[in-house]
Amino acid sequence: MNATLPQTETEFTRTRGRVPSYFEEGGRTVGSWLLTTDHKRIGILYLYSILFYFTIAAIAAAIIRLELITPQGDLVSAETYNKLFTIHGTLMVWFFLIPSIPSVLGNFVIPLMIGAKDLAFPRLNLLSWYLFNIGGLIALYAVAIGGVDTGWTFYTPYSSAFTNSHVVTMVAGVFIAGFSSILTGVNFIVTIHKLRAPGLTWFKMPIFLWSNYATSVILVMATPVLAMTLVLLSIERIWGVGVFDPKLGGDPVLFQHLFWFYSHPAVYIMILPGMGVVSELVTCFARKPIFGYHFVAFASVAIALIGFVVWGHHMFTAGTSIYSGLFFSLMSYLVAVPSAIKVFNWTMTLYRGRIFLTTPMLYALGFIGLFTIGGLTGLFVAALAIDVHVTDTYFIVAHFHYIMVGGMVTGFLGGLHYWWPKITGRLYPENLGRLSALIIFIGFNLTFFPQYIMGYLGMVRRYHSYAPEFQIYHVMSSAGASILGVGYILPLIYLIWSLKHGKKAPANPWNATGLEWQTTSPPPKHNFIETPVVTREPYQYSPEVEERMIYG
Amino acid sequence: MTFPLVPVQASEVARETDHLCIALVCASAIVCLIVFGPMFFFLFKYRNGHPADRSPVNLPQTKIEITWTVLPLLIFMCFYAWGARQYFNIERPPPGAMEIDVVGQQWMWKIQHPEGNREINELHVPAGRIIKLMMTSQDVIHDFYLPAFRTKQDVLPGRYTVQWFKADKIGSYHLFCSEYCGTSHAQMIGRIVVMSPADYQHWLANGEPGPTMVQSGERLFRELGCSGCHMGSTVVRAPPLQGVFGRPVPLNNGDVVMADEGYIRDSILLPAKQIVGGYTNDMPSYSGHLTEEQVMELIAYIKSLGNQSPTGTQ
Repeated sequence: MNATLPQTETEFTRTRGRVPSYFEEGGRTVGSWLLTTDHKRIGILYLYSILFYFTIAAIAAAIIRLELITPQGDLVSAETYNKLFTIHGTLMVWFFLIPSIPSVLGNFVIPLMIGAKDLAFPRLNLLSWYLFNIGGLIALYAVAIGGVDTGWTFYTPYSSAFTNSHVVTMVAGVFIAGFSSILTGVNFIVTIHKLRAPGLTWFKMPIFLWSNYATSVILVMATPVLAMTLVLLSIERIWGVGVFDPKLGGDPVLFQHLFWFYSHPAVYIMILPGMGVVSELVTCFARKPIFGYHFVAFASVAIALIGFVVWGHHMFTAGTSIYSGLFFSLMSYLVAVPSAIKVFNWTMTLYRGRIFLTTPMLYALGFIGLFTIGGLTGLFVAALAIDVHVTDTYFIVAHFHYIMVGGMVTGFLGGLHYWWPKITGRLYPENLGRLSALIIFIGFNLTFFPQYIMGYLGMVRRYHSYAPEFQIYHVMSSAGASILGVGYILPLIYLIWSLKHGKKAPANPWNATGLEWQTTSPPPKHNFIETPVVTREPYQYSPEVEERMIYG
Repeated sequence: MTFPLVPVQASEVARETDHLCIALVCASAIVCLIVFGPMFFFLFKYRNGHPADRSPVNLPQTKIEITWTVLPLLIFMCFYAWGARQYFNIERPPPGAMEIDVVGQQWMWKIQHPEGNREINELHVPAGRIIKLMMTSQDVIHDFYLPAFRTKQDVLPGRYTVQWFKADKIGSYHLFCSEYCGTSHAQMIGRIVVMSPADYQHWLANGEPGPTMVQSGERLFRELGCSGCHMGSTVVRAPPLQGVFGRPVPLNNGDVVMADEGYIRDSILLPAKQIVGGYTNDMPSYSGHLTEEQVMELIAYIKSLGNQSPTGTQ
């Protein structure tokens, strides 16, 4: 996708004079940030927010991994342990993973990619950020006044009738954050429908837009169900109205149906945007148009749609009918097909390319590797008989961490490095970047691969203490987690360092084709001096042409 | 520290599930080769600075896409069918099972053998017999997980769930609660002891002497006044219970229900829920008056009535 002619920053400057960036225009005061309606600034606000929640959730994970080095529960009490994994799950899912790529990178990049001045509803976008943080702070308040020990899944009747921890407060936080998801989803859908630059037809859109569009549809359609479920849970807990508690005439399995009706599609909220990022990275650093554009684009839509009818696969042993198990197992295998299509197309894109193993590309390749392993083990848990054995064990823990951390977090870091020059106007140190991508890949596998084995051996999840025969795998996992920790801290340090000391970035350091690279780095407040006109297909790269990339 | 790689296989089901798992591991390894092999080859061959033919070629794109859509789909369907077949084996107890009752509570497992033996966090069973567990919870959701048999089943409050296994290897194996159930979830563990049938009889005989479940149920049946209406000729009309278990029961709203454990449980605790055709709801609820174990004893007694006097059926 090219605008009329790619312009370098110097050409911009020569022909039009220096353009003030979105940092400069509007001022640098705290007020100018907190009251901004600029999608780029809101994206950065989200980046800081999710980093904050991620840090707390990661500290909880670190204590969990320390505790699990020995079979006895000796570092923290059982009650504290249960609260720690609840903090970890709740914050990571709702306050880090779900907003990670859409709200940070999507917010920043989508309007630039479609050649728009901003999202369709800039003030709604700001409101969405405020709701997100109000929700997040309420959730943290629940932690501060004593915490919650139900796990992020809030299963009834434990959550509604038995625990004496602060379930309603925590649930209120998640409920409010849900509105932020819905507003962001609506905003993206309208933006992609209405604000595309002249000439940018649906099938000229980069895959990142397709995948964020599919994600937004899920956000808008699934999140209200979560909100209703949490309201019902609170009503039962506060007023004793029987919905889920069998003592009050309710059905505890109903909660699981409602919860997973949201939470399984939410898994696709947590992976589709990562797939979008990877499509951008693989094409740019293989200098090739994506193989099978239409198939990759429609695979996102197919995943979003089929993803709505697989929720029952969380409940094969929950006491539902074995015939419903047949249906949900079938659907789970079907939803794996479009994911496989994507992996094959990314690999094929490399064929006859010109491959640059830059940091973003290493993350993208890491994503493909980890997502493939996570996806293949998804075929295990979709097989009904295997799921009976491994559900609620570390096999499941390993499986969803391969998708959510190996997939989404790797995709997020790849995207963050790729667009970092655009976001900040600075280059990050490439060698450190490659090193940290490698450390994260090794640390991740050492942390989570042993969990597959111990899960199949029968190690149950959410256990504060465990049988001694599982110890070797827990020790490996904890060792891996410390390596993974280094891999996360390293980018944090050098990215902050680069804000001041990094080399100034040109408009298009990767010679990439997306519209976002046709404006200055960092872009002006309204993104483009002139509205770009799109005439070409996306990803018009030419691998035959010798090129030098900025980190070449 | 030991380095176990494969869990103990103590039943035929465990071996069959492991076969499926091994097949999936092999298929996954092949997929990894197919994906990562070309990927590393391309990364090496087409890396920047390495001379290679990069001129565009016209590949039959649609054919390729259809191939790698349909082929995985077919393979997936094979695994789907295999997994589903094995799931039906796991979920449907074969006939001729010996029934043992399980009640979960925070944070222990209470087990009642038909002979009246009770145990906590331990389950002794004879090898070679099909064991069917009738399970319920008296508080939150638990899950009775037996990794050596590759089976687990959630244990729910307010209803019965069933799981079965047939141990074929003598030994002592893990029992875990695998549905998070609160503070001491990790302590809700125990062991399952598989014994030779002779040793099992010996173990039963050496247990504390006590009434069998049917006897306990019969005593409760009298003490609670059930027999006053449901037995013999009385002025109060209540449906007779002889032979009712396992038979279809016509209700006064026109439905027909199967008289299984869940139906009898509901009839004791929630008598107004389903009224037998031709009767009115005169029975008080026993909800709150009975422990889960007592309900199970009553059910055992009512089940036994079927065998005693087949003439009493409606």
